[in-house]
Amino acid sequence: MLEISVIGLGLVLMLADLFVPAERRRFIGYAAILALGGLLVVSLSGNGSCGQFGTAFGGMFVNDALSLFFKQLFIVAAILVLFMAAEFSDKLAAGSVAEYYSLIVFALAGMLFAASSNDFTMLFVSIELITITFYVLVSFQRNKLQSLEAGVKYLILGALSSSFMVFGIALIWGTTGELNFTKLAAVAPQFADSRIFLLGVLLVLVGLGFKIAAFPFQIWAPDVYQGAPTPTTAFLAIGSKAAGFVLLLRVLFTAVPSVTAHWANLLIVISGITILYGNLCAIPQRNLKRLLGYSSIAHAGYLLLGVAALSASGQSALMYYLAGYVFTVMAGFFVITLVLRHLATEDISGLAGLNQRSPLLAATLTIAMVSLAGIPPLAGFFGKFVLLKAVIEAAQATGNHGYYCLAFTALAGVIISLYYYFGVIRAIYWSKDPTDLSPIELSSPAKLSLWACLAGIFWLGLFPNTVLNMTNLAAAVFK
Amino acid sequence: MSILTYIAGWPLLAALALIVVPRNYRVIIRAIAVLATLISAVLAVKMFAQFVPGANGFQFEQQIPWVESLGISYHVGVDGLNVGLILMGAIVAFAAALCSFEIQTREKEFYILLLVMTGGILGAFASLDLFFFYFLHELALVPTFIMIGVWGRGEKKNYATFQITLYLSIGALIALIGLIALYLQCGANTFDIPKIIEHAKTNPLAVNAQNFIFPLLLFGFGILVSLWPFHSWAPLGYGVAPSPTAMLHAGVLKKFGLYGLIRIALPLLPQAAQSWAHVIAWLCVGNILYVGWVAMRQKDLNLLIGNSSVAHMGFIFLGIASLNLIGITGAVLIMVAHGFLAALTFALSGYIYKQTGTLEISALGGLCRKLPFIGTALLMAAMAGCGLPGFANFVGEATVFFGAWKMFPAVTIIALWGALVIGGIYMTRAIRNVLHGPLPEKWNSLSDANLWRKLPYALLLVSLLVFGFLPKLLTEKINPDAQKIVAMAVAGKNADVVSSPRSSGRESAPYSLAENQSRLTSAATK
Repeated sequence: MLEISVIGLGLVLMLADLFVPAERRRFIGYAAILALGGLLVVSLSGNGSCGQFGTAFGGMFVNDALSLFFKQLFIVAAILVLFMAAEFSDKLAAGSVAEYYSLIVFALAGMLFAASSNDFTMLFVSIELITITFYVLVSFQRNKLQSLEAGVKYLILGALSSSFMVFGIALIWGTTGELNFTKLAAVAPQFADSRIFLLGVLLVLVGLGFKIAAFPFQIWAPDVYQGAPTPTTAFLAIGSKAAGFVLLLRVLFTAVPSVTAHWANLLIVISGITILYGNLCAIPQRNLKRLLGYSSIAHAGYLLLGVAALSASGQSALMYYLAGYVFTVMAGFFVITLVLRHLATEDISGLAGLNQRSPLLAATLTIAMVSLAGIPPLAGFFGKFVLLKAVIEAAQATGNHGYYCLAFTALAGVIISLYYYFGVIRAIYWSKDPTDLSPIELSSPAKLSLWACLAGIFWLGLFPNTVLNMTNLAAAVFK
Repeated sequence: MSILTYIAGWPLLAALALIVVPRNYRVIIRAIAVLATLISAVLAVKMFAQFVPGANGFQFEQQIPWVESLGISYHVGVDGLNVGLILMGAIVAFAAALCSFEIQTREKEFYILLLVMTGGILGAFASLDLFFFYFLHELALVPTFIMIGVWGRGEKKNYATFQITLYLSIGALIALIGLIALYLQCGANTFDIPKIIEHAKTNPLAVNAQNFIFPLLLFGFGILVSLWPFHSWAPLGYGVAPSPTAMLHAGVLKKFGLYGLIRIALPLLPQAAQSWAHVIAWLCVGNILYVGWVAMRQKDLNLLIGNSSVAHMGFIFLGIASLNLIGITGAVLIMVAHGFLAALTFALSGYIYKQTGTLEISALGGLCRKLPFIGTALLMAAMAGCGLPGFANFVGEATVFFGAWKMFPAVTIIALWGALVIGGIYMTRAIRNVLHGPLPEKWNSLSDANLWRKLPYALLLVSLLVFGFLPKLLTEKINPDAQKIVAMAVAGKNADVVSSPRSSGRESAPYSLAENQSRLTSAATK
């Protein structure tokens, strides 16, 4: 099974730390990448246990098209993050590199469990596995005050949200006596009037809202994104967010579909406010990682469009958008890692003259920003297109005018976001007086992963057919 | 492979090729860009010549499935409505590439963006799939912002870039919502325009859905076309844009919104179009009269040209609002003619700016003595702009007035006045101040365009004259397909929606082909 192999890999990495000399530790990362690449090939080819759909452990663990899609997404993200970590390793405390790799792999294991969880116990365990490893990953640069501060913030707010979630689960169990999603779906309609049950569901959503950084649980995101080591930030932006979304989909559409059907307006409002909040707050930011933190809040809002549509096409659009988001955000953070690792600041001005220092990095960051802004022919455009289509479809199917308002809010968000994304591009190409024009050396693994990200962005933008079929299949799980 | 794929594909391929050319090989970069647009233009002329007027359905069609689950396919084809636009776009793109010698910094990026813009817009016009129609337009639109922001001139550069980006993005996105709503409302589950239209013939859209979607398309596309009162981005944006960008945007890209209204909104949303026709007609008055007055007050040549270009959009909207064969035919004619004209005027003002470093009308004067060729070309462009016979614009404007007369007599009178009097005043005044009168001392060193530099201006002028003297080349192609659009747009027209006291009792159905043809030729030879 995928999960067991990943946990095994994490343990092997920790052991390898003991036997590999310090200067070779970078290669532990490459070994981990190779191993994960192998797992990805296995999962894509449909051999072994990945291709067999079904449930295990008394229905707690489910393997279906949805979990498979998300698992592949998580593994791709983890591979790219490991590449990034290998480049970042000289900034981490000496001797702790292998630990960093293995923590990434453990977080990945948590995400894989999340993708397959079909039970509130499983949901909580996987969320905690992810969150606790991230506490360490965020504060990994122990000699850096900002990193520690970010770690403490994440710890406090993460613990708070976890306690909300446990409380919610307890209320749900207390009223219905069920923890399994499938069984809960059968009994949930009887409790539609029970306020305690509804409160329980709401509290679980609060916990998940924290994971995906949706309004009003987004406060932590900019601070933590800014303070954490860049590879951690990237993994937080993708892995943690995607894990939150897969659990959100499972809870809303497998466990309590009868409740969800009445909450369309709540989801519309949350999605709209999240989009506006993220985009508006991103405008004045000068710190790149903080800017991407706010932009990730905005993107959580766009992704919630797909949830709020309450339809198969919405869920499929959400997954498509996430797939594009993986490559785009990874490309962005990769460039930030490479350019800013030797600078004290993470200010946008650090990008000045980048097009002369390294044309490849400049082009990659530009394309990432353009894709995030949703401009064709890149992944972000097609993702936003299918999301908008799902929302308008919902508007026409239900006659709820809130959906039209939501579509226009999303457009307003897109237009606002043009301003700050283009601000980054302007800093790259048209800064007034760049101080440092020394060329940036790129290692070949770094180049490889940059090209992989670029290929992913263009592929998802120009040839959406394959992945769209996958997401349609995955969304069919909820029927 | 359809010839249309090549027309749009060559510039895009060349843009890709330019990425790998080192930036100090300036001659090669320029040669690739000029060559790619030349190939496009030659292919477009060939396609235009091979086009069979009045043939059933689309010609040079090609369809490749792209996303089956959504019904999106790469589908190109031409009929009478877009064949002229593609020809015009390809010729203007070639002229714009030739005029890009004025760009001296970061040439590589500039030519890449120029080629992407060219390929995108030609592809958008050729596209018969709603998704690609929008997608390729957006692909062409974004380079405009970057080009204005980076290579723009003057102090207002940043403000103008900001404004044009904001306006056009909002316009494009509103239109996107309209298009998606249209796709879903149609229920045909395809983005293929011919299939949607076919489907709508048997299952027309509900009237309240039409009334919701039509304004989205009208104002979305309207913002893109600088429909009054959403026009303020245009003069300013063109004022600061480098001239190749202004040529391509004002000449070609801007026609996208109008083309979208004619191709998509009129046949699919007929009832809504009929009830909005009056609104459009009165908004045109804003374009023609208000913006015309604004143009009279301009002290900068480029702002004047920009405003006059906005004013010309009013005629096209008037043609569309008239919802009859003559009006629509005239609208398409002006779209083609104005494309050449706008490109020509912006190219000329770009040359003057390059030579003198200013476009303040009061600072110029007597330039005709130093720049006989440029001066004469500008004079001819100004004459075309006031709608003098002999130029393609005259044919289009006259046709639109004929078409609009029985729907909106009052608006037509105002528009005529605006075209002949206001247009005449600001154009002749500008000509007098720029080309004639005493030549200031400092301009003694100016030099006229050499033979190579003359080519783009000559090309555009010749195109204007050819279609001015032989409008039949276009009208015989436009007519049969405009007929189809009109037949759908007036279908289900009930007496109380449109007919005003004046037009009731007269024929309100589209004119027959022969009758229209004779009217057109008489208009053209008048």
